[in-house]
Amino acid sequence: MNEQEQQLLMEIADDELILGWRDSEWTGIAPLLEEDVAFSSIAQNEIGHARALYELVARARGTTADELAFDRSPDEYRCAPLVELRLMDWAETIARHYLYEEADAKRLEQLKQSEDPEIAGLATKIDREEAYHRIHAQMWFDRLRDEPRFVEALERLRPQAEALLDSAQRGEHTAELADLWEEMTMVRRSQPAGTKW
Amino acid sequence: MVTEAQVWDALAEIPDPEIPVISLVDLGVVRGIDVDDRRVRVEFTPTFLGCPALEVMRDAMADSIRALGAEPEIQVLLDDSWSTDRITAAGREKLRASGFAPPSPRGIAAPTLVQLQSNAHRCPYCGSTETRLENIFGPTPCRSLRYCGSCKQPFEQFKTI
Repeated sequence: MNEQEQQLLMEIADDELILGWRDSEWTGIAPLLEEDVAFSSIAQNEIGHARALYELVARARGTTADELAFDRSPDEYRCAPLVELRLMDWAETIARHYLYEEADAKRLEQLKQSEDPEIAGLATKIDREEAYHRIHAQMWFDRLRDEPRFVEALERLRPQAEALLDSAQRGEHTAELADLWEEMTMVRRSQPAGTKW
Repeated sequence: MVTEAQVWDALAEIPDPEIPVISLVDLGVVRGIDVDDRRVRVEFTPTFLGCPALEVMRDAMADSIRALGAEPEIQVLLDDSWSTDRITAAGREKLRASGFAPPSPRGIAAPTLVQLQSNAHRCPYCGSTETRLENIFGPTPCRSLRYCGSCKQPFEQFKTI
């Protein structure tokens, strides 16, 4: 796996980790019980995808997935600002979910064609799980497509979704990422390096 | 010296951590076993990547191989080699008997909402196909929730992947 491929996998892994974290913030407080369950499962899947992607890069770099996920400073993350936003509005959350799944499907389709069998194999596996996220996002898109609040959220967030498919638009972060990082890495930073849970 | 057959038998005794009615071998997560003197290498193909049971499965396999007096090496395969199609016929029947509807066969194309909403899914309790989708997601990433209109029983449906 060359440096460019590692970089791309890190971008996707960071997106999935941070979005998974944001999705998990709906656990317990989603507007419907079914969505509480759905967003909790989606969050779990996204973080699982992040872990597998970090694992592939970690094998190439001789490190561990945990070190890649948690031992960097916030400005070293390569996630797109769209996934960092702390959206506690349902229409905005569904708009981001829809835009993210749309872009994620495109990049997974490309990764599945990779000449590196490890990358192509993992992308194929991730894509099979993401199919259920896409069905869920489409279902909500169809339900809300005529609601002005949803349409506005979609238009407002759409420009930010472009960075998901363009490495050149990554690197800048929102202030919200620093807060998320603080919480996400707190337990790990409180323990000596190498602690296993 | 431990034989490959002994290792298969030992792994077939390990229950799935979340659905203990089926074993890891029934679940199809053991892709291959390679015995080299005292070293036993297991190719482990995970179910859903976010499944919290994966570590428990990996550690249980390692413990079981140590109990045979051998040195385990569990290789985690991060590819597309696990599918719900790998669940054995015996495993599917055990699932159904415990109220989990077994997964439909994997199709060539990805699943669609229309498929999930169709009544092609059979109730594990009464066998009726008068069932409807309640939620794509369920208590774990591998399951959906359905409701049987015939026997009025909600049930969990394995997602096909």
